[in-house]
Amino acid sequence: MADPRPARSRFSPRLTAAFLCVFLLVFLRCASASRDVVSGSNETWIRPARSTQEDPHDHHGNSTEHKKAFPVLAFNFEHVRKPFEISMWILLALLMKLGFHIIPRISHVVPESCLLIVVGLLVGGTIKAVEGTNAPVLDSKLFFLYLLPPIILDAGYFLPIRPFTENLGTILVFAVLGTLWNVFFIGGTMFAVCQIDGAGLADVDLLSCLLFGSIISAVDPVAVLAVFEEIHINDLLHILVFGESLLNDAVTVVLYHLFKEFSHEGSVSVSDALLGVVCFFVVSLGGILVGFIYGILGAFTSRFTSHTRVIEPLFVFLYSYMAYLSAEVFHLSGIMSLIACGVIMRPYVEANISHKSYTTVKYFLKMWSSVSETLIFIFLGVSTVAGPHEWNWTFVVFTVFLCLVSRVLGVIGLTSIINKFRIVKLTKKDQFIVAYGGLRGAIAFSLGFLLTDSKMKHMFLTAIITVIFFTVFVQGMTIRPLVELLAVKRKKESKGSINEEIHTQFLDHLLTGIEDVCGHYGHHHWKDKLNRFNKKYVKKWLIAGERSTEPQLISFYNKLELKQAMMLVESGSTSKLPSVMSSVSMQNIQPREPPRRRAMPSISKSREEEIRKLLRANLQNTRQRLRSYSRHDLMIDPFEDNVSEVHLRKQRVEMGRRMSHYLTVPANRQEAPPVRKVGFQPEHQVFTYDDAESPRSAEMKPRSAAVRLLNELPQRSDQSDAEPNAKQDDQEDQLKLSRGLSDPGPNQEQKES
Amino acid sequence: MGALQSLPGQPEYIDLAEKTGFSFEQIGVLHKRFKQLSHNEETLRRDHFNEIPDLACNPIRAQIVEAFFDRRNFRQNGEGTVEEIGFEEFLVVMSHFRPPSLHMTEEQRESVRKEKLRFLFNMHDTDNDGTITLEEYRHVVEELLSRSGALGKETAKSIADAAMLEVASISMGHMEPDEFYEGITFEHFLKLLNEFEIESRMNIRFLNMDTTTLCK
Repeated sequence: MADPRPARSRFSPRLTAAFLCVFLLVFLRCASASRDVVSGSNETWIRPARSTQEDPHDHHGNSTEHKKAFPVLAFNFEHVRKPFEISMWILLALLMKLGFHIIPRISHVVPESCLLIVVGLLVGGTIKAVEGTNAPVLDSKLFFLYLLPPIILDAGYFLPIRPFTENLGTILVFAVLGTLWNVFFIGGTMFAVCQIDGAGLADVDLLSCLLFGSIISAVDPVAVLAVFEEIHINDLLHILVFGESLLNDAVTVVLYHLFKEFSHEGSVSVSDALLGVVCFFVVSLGGILVGFIYGILGAFTSRFTSHTRVIEPLFVFLYSYMAYLSAEVFHLSGIMSLIACGVIMRPYVEANISHKSYTTVKYFLKMWSSVSETLIFIFLGVSTVAGPHEWNWTFVVFTVFLCLVSRVLGVIGLTSIINKFRIVKLTKKDQFIVAYGGLRGAIAFSLGFLLTDSKMKHMFLTAIITVIFFTVFVQGMTIRPLVELLAVKRKKESKGSINEEIHTQFLDHLLTGIEDVCGHYGHHHWKDKLNRFNKKYVKKWLIAGERSTEPQLISFYNKLELKQAMMLVESGSTSKLPSVMSSVSMQNIQPREPPRRRAMPSISKSREEEIRKLLRANLQNTRQRLRSYSRHDLMIDPFEDNVSEVHLRKQRVEMGRRMSHYLTVPANRQEAPPVRKVGFQPEHQVFTYDDAESPRSAEMKPRSAAVRLLNELPQRSDQSDAEPNAKQDDQEDQLKLSRGLSDPGPNQEQKES
Repeated sequence: MGALQSLPGQPEYIDLAEKTGFSFEQIGVLHKRFKQLSHNEETLRRDHFNEIPDLACNPIRAQIVEAFFDRRNFRQNGEGTVEEIGFEEFLVVMSHFRPPSLHMTEEQRESVRKEKLRFLFNMHDTDNDGTITLEEYRHVVEELLSRSGALGKETAKSIADAAMLEVASISMGHMEPDEFYEGITFEHFLKLLNEFEIESRMNIRFLNMDTTTLCK
């Protein structure tokens, strides 16, 4: 119920964007003769030949007849045509995306993928109206080689490992058996439908139906990602549907090629079927193996990149892309190869590369996958307008209907089998979401597009597009209200609790131990064995330096600390400062000192009280002070003249050093470096807790700890400085610190395993 | 039920099944394992546990073994430790790791959660005083990190301190600087691990175990 007035003002950027896009497109079309944008590179070779005739620098022809004036301004569009058009398309896609987020109301109801398809339809319609028949189509080569890999790599690299491996059995059952069931059910039933007289489908034979079935059955990862990302359901369901969409690629590839080969011959013998089964194993395991090899290579390479940090992200991208391409060479499953590569490479690479490289990898992957996804949906819309359609009511309606039915039956049937083996059973609600989330997308379209041209192909394509539209529009739009209606568990906000991490580890060991007591080699036992093998042998080879021995708990803790420190530094007054807000500080949990120590005559009681009051006031006032803190002066407040100067200066310097160390040296992810690398003394490793030397310090500990918390908060320098001499060498550290921190690290880390 | 006619001591099984919720099959398998571990004696002692080779490389081995001899885990509201346990106690401790069944009401699920968290709590609270003090928590973290080489007590201490701080912040919210947070009580522990979904995580598969082939 937005106020109409603001809506109007919000419209103008939208309208401008729309006008801009239409203008861009019309310009595109007018500036060039009609041709496809993206299908085939052979056309571009013809163009330069033609364009040289128009080349003003060409000395043949009529330039010798009369001396032309030197061209001050020339128009030569031809030689930038291809990159120009590609950039225009991408720009259009991104402007559209931008546009949607300016109007928040629509994007709440309609998922982005739908809006993009609509835009594609509009664009396609415009082009067709202006142009005639030559509108660009989603070329399969473009799709499979350029648009799909970034999305899959992004998904694979950031795959949450723990839920994935815990549910691997279920995912595999859904992916393999579910897809097989879908293919044969849809194919078989469609064949039966085609036998109905009067439908005009008598020429569609069984193999073609099965081929069609194999194209249309697979759940599409792009569509699933696009829709599920916006509804934030719990991890289990998300990983079930998403994992299934990734792993069913092998089945799809095998069946598609099998039926395509044999649809020409007209029959499939038993031996062919057996070969098909063998092929399935070869395709999937081979794909994984290829990915695995490239992953190990990538991890190994990253071990040596400590001197050339700038190119580290490129290794990640290139090794993964090579894995995909190499798998495609042998007709193995490229998607599985890419996933395997990302999964294998990640823990080792993250331990080796710097924090900035990690950020770069993350942002580039997100960026590329976002652009790809947008382009895919737009092109889908455009191709719908362009492609020759062959509409057959019976075929299309039955296809849509059968897709739904077979999905529901498949999920219900398989779940009843799976639940016998699961500890945490899948409820009816879960089953519904899994069934409803079986969206089809661009992969189906591209596979259909690769078929040889025929009337049947057009009919298939029409049906495929209809199913895609139905799933993306109807299911995509209604899944959010359904999730809310059924009160499905949503994703819980993970705050990165150290306690949860401790208990996760504790539970792992506990369950392994209990399994050992039972004498049962369950999957905790094997996981533990794998971890130990990993720690003992693999990490030594693939992770540089001493980082290989750091346990996960330490690295988690380091990461958490770093995150909090960075948040404090960057945030200013607007963010929450968790530990400060609750005003519980270290001194509250330290065990009371025995009275003997308190008698130490260091500070008088009244002075102590005063300091306490001041500190408390400081803690509450920090937020205001942060608003105008200066990055170059992370100064401590002046109340420290009573506390050991040397002690505190050491703490500050170490904090500065630690921060800069973290930012330029390997990122603190799962297996991350201990801080010892920069030559700290052992007791200053993680959290300086000076258990130290002077007898006074024991009493100082509670207060110095509170002050230490203060130290971590950047403060103003306008207070009278108690330690002018300390300023000098602090400046250098703080400068180093601020330089390191000027890179806006991500505030919210991805939820990792 | 017919297949189990051959198992000895069947009337006891009915009792145990009722008490712990295991099926007869599972009880039979566990009984075999019990006899194997105890070398066919009637009771298990700590050194029997120490003989299990796989358990030796587990960093929290000592706590796990202790958990079996802790009377608080026998569901009889007892306290203290015992020196040896019989099959019934063994089974009762194991029953803490049973998964919740599919058709459970919210309250039942909640009580299963509480029970499992209680088990964990008892493992941490070694001196039976009802709270997990900083020292005890430090000990937990030290044990967890004990296999990871020479990282020293400092790291473990600071991690435990940070964890304790977090608990205090969550449970207490606001404290005066001179107040002292005694330790994690069971309520705080529940609140802390509220999001942890322990009823789905703290489970062992008790089916299809053929211990005759596996045992070490």
